[in-house]
Amino acid sequence: MSKTAIHVENLGKQYQIGQQVGNYRTLRETFSEAFSAKKSAVEKKALPPESIWALEDVNFDVEPGSVLGVVGRNGAGKSTLLKILSRVTEPTKGLVEVYGRVGSLLEVGTGFHPELTGRENISLNGAILGMKKTEIEAKFDEIVSFAEVETFIDTPVKRYSSGMYLRLAFAVAAHLEPEILVVDEVLAVGDAEFQRKCLGKMSDVAKEGRTVLFVSHNMSAILRLTQETLVLDKGHLLLRAPTVEAVDYYLSRGLTQEGQRLWQPDEIPAQAAPFKPVAVRLQDAQGHVVEGARCSEPFYLEVEYELRKAITGLRVGVYILTSQGEFVFTSFDTDDPGKFEEYSQRPAGTYKSRVEIPAYLLNGGRYVVGVNASSYRIKTYFHDEQALAFNMDATGAPGTQWPENRLGTVRPELDWQITKSNGEGDS
Amino acid sequence: MVSGKQSVEKRSETHSEPRKIIIRPTGGWAALNLRDLWVYRELIYFMTWRDLKVRYKQTLLGAAWAVLQPFLTMVVFSIFFGSLAGVPSDGVPYPIFSYTALIPWTLFSKALQDASRSLVNNSHMITKVYFPRMILPLASVLAGIVDFLIAFVVLIGMMIFYHVTPTANIWTIPLFLLLALVTATGVSLWLSAMNVLYRDINYVLPFLTQFWMYITPIAYPSSMVPEKWRLLYAVNPMTGVVEGFRWALLGSGQAPGMMTLVSTLVAIFLLVSGMFYFKRMERQFADMV
Repeated sequence: MSKTAIHVENLGKQYQIGQQVGNYRTLRETFSEAFSAKKSAVEKKALPPESIWALEDVNFDVEPGSVLGVVGRNGAGKSTLLKILSRVTEPTKGLVEVYGRVGSLLEVGTGFHPELTGRENISLNGAILGMKKTEIEAKFDEIVSFAEVETFIDTPVKRYSSGMYLRLAFAVAAHLEPEILVVDEVLAVGDAEFQRKCLGKMSDVAKEGRTVLFVSHNMSAILRLTQETLVLDKGHLLLRAPTVEAVDYYLSRGLTQEGQRLWQPDEIPAQAAPFKPVAVRLQDAQGHVVEGARCSEPFYLEVEYELRKAITGLRVGVYILTSQGEFVFTSFDTDDPGKFEEYSQRPAGTYKSRVEIPAYLLNGGRYVVGVNASSYRIKTYFHDEQALAFNMDATGAPGTQWPENRLGTVRPELDWQITKSNGEGDS
Repeated sequence: MVSGKQSVEKRSETHSEPRKIIIRPTGGWAALNLRDLWVYRELIYFMTWRDLKVRYKQTLLGAAWAVLQPFLTMVVFSIFFGSLAGVPSDGVPYPIFSYTALIPWTLFSKALQDASRSLVNNSHMITKVYFPRMILPLASVLAGIVDFLIAFVVLIGMMIFYHVTPTANIWTIPLFLLLALVTATGVSLWLSAMNVLYRDINYVLPFLTQFWMYITPIAYPSSMVPEKWRLLYAVNPMTGVVEGFRWALLGSGQAPGMMTLVSTLVAIFLLVSGMFYFKRMERQFADMV
C-alpha cells in the first residue's frame, strides 16, 4: 500500500467571473470580442479581465484510511476542491495524485430519471458512478434493502416520496466502495433518521480503511467523524489541524466580524440572483451593532438584502445554531399569516428584515446565526449557515445566583409553583 | 462465515485496482485517451438504453415514430416529387426509391438532433460526476440504430409489395450503415461541443439539417448531378451512404467507386477532427454548461 491516498500540490483554479456564472457565449459575442481585441490597449486596461481564484496554492496530503474534514464559508473553495478531486473540472494549475477510485456523495442521484423504475435507476446510476455491471448485480439486494424500497422497486421513481428517492440515491452511491469517498453536505437534506444512516455508513467506510473527505457546515458531525480538518478561506488553505483545534479556529476567526457580516461579491453564488445578500447584523434595542447579547435583554437580528427583480413567495429568515452546529430554531420573516399574504410578492429594491429575539430565551454561550432566503419548494436563493457568531452573556438570566454553567441551549424564565403537602397523603 | 467471505471479496476488489490518477491542467490539443472510453464501455450501453427506454415510455406511439417519420415523408415525396414533378427514380418505383434513402437519412438527422443537445440536456451529470463526456453524444447516435432497424423491417415489407428483389450485394448494408454512423458521430461531436459554448447551435440545427437533406440524393437520384460535379457532390458523406443503400438493396444508382471513397474519407476526417475538437473543449464543459 502506498503511503498517500491523495497528494495535492500547488493546486489552483481560476474562474472568469462571467464563466463561473455559467454564461455560455453567443457566436456574436465571440466575433465582436475578436474585433474588439484589436482596439487600443488603453481600453483593455480600463476593463481588466475579471477573474477570481476559487482555489490557490493549496497543498496537502492525505493518508489512506484517514477521515479528513473540510470546513469553510460559502465561496471558500470547498466545492471547487471536491470537483477537482472527483475530476469534474480541471485545475488551472498544480497537480493532484489520487490513488484509487474516487466516489463522491455530491452526486447522489445523478442521472436518475423519473420515468425509469427503481431497479432501472440503480443500474444506470451505478454505471454513471463507475460501477461494473457485475458489481451492481452483486450488490443489488443490499442496495435495495439499505434504501428500504423493496415493494416499490419496479415503480417509476417519479412516484417515490422525496425520502424514498433520496434513500435510494444514497444507497447506490454508498455501495460504490471507492478507495476514496468524498462527502459534501448531503447531510443537509433528508430526515434525522436518514442523516444518522449516512453518518453510520461513513464511519463504516472509514473503519474499512478507506479514505474519506468530509465537507460540512455541521460542526458536530465534523467533530464526531473526523480526526483532522482543513480550514479553507477565499481559496486558501488556512490551517490543517486536529479537528477540535481547527473547528475552534474556524468558529472564532472566520466568523466574528464585530456583530455584522457583510457579503463580498465573490462570496455570493451565482444562483442567488436576483437575490443579493448585503449584510446580517446583531443589534441592540437602539439599533446599534453589538458584538454580543445578554440573556436578560432582547436583541435584534437584521438581514439586509437587495432584490434585483421581484420575487414571488420569498421568505428571508435566520437560523440560530449552537457552536456545536445543532439547530436551536429557525424563523422566517413571513411566518405570520398576515405577513405571508402581504409579502406574497416582493418588488425589486433594498430591504431589511429585522426580528426581535426575546429575552430569557437562549442560555449563555456561543451561537451562530445562519441566513436563508428561499421560496418554498421553488428555489433556495441564498443560504449561509455560518453568517455570524456571537456570545450570549448569562448575567441576569434565571438562576444566576448560582455561578454554574447551566445545561441546555435555552434558558427560559419559568413560573414555578411550590406547594407543600400537609402530611395528609403521607401517612 | 458470511462476513469472512465478504471481506475476502472486498480485499480482492480494492487490491486489484488502486490505480494512480493524475489530475493536472491539460493545455491545447489533448490526447484522445480512447482507453478511458473503453473502461466506461458499459456506461455507453446504459446511456443508450436509457435514451431508448425513456423515449418509448414517454411517447404515446413509442416505436411507431421510428416508422412514421420516414414513411410519411416518403408519401409526401412520392406525391409531389415522384408523381407531380416527375423526378426520375432510376427505374425503381419512386416510393421505394425514396424510402430506401430516407431510412439512413432519418438515422443521421435524428442523431444530429439528439446528440447535439445531449451535453446541455445532461448538464446535471456533467457538473457532478466524472465520466468520458464523449459517451453522451455517442449514446444518442447509437440509440438511433434501434429506430433504424424498425424502419428497415418496413422497407422489407415494401420490397415484397413492389416485388423488388434485393441484390446479392445486400451484405454490404452494415458497411454503409457504419459510414452513416461515423458521419453522424463526427458531426455530432462538433455540434454538441459547440452547443455548450454557443447556444446558437440550437437555432442553426434545423436549418443545417434541412440544407443537408437537399444536398443529399434523397428525393432525386444522384445521376441528375452532372458527371463532372459528382466527386464534389460526394464530399457530403451522406451521398455515399444513400447511393450505397440504393445500390445494395435496389441495384440502382452507382456501384461503389470514387464517390464512395471520397465520402468515406470525408466521414473519417469528420470523426477524427470531431474527437479532437471535443476533447479540446471537454475540460471547459463543467464550468460552462
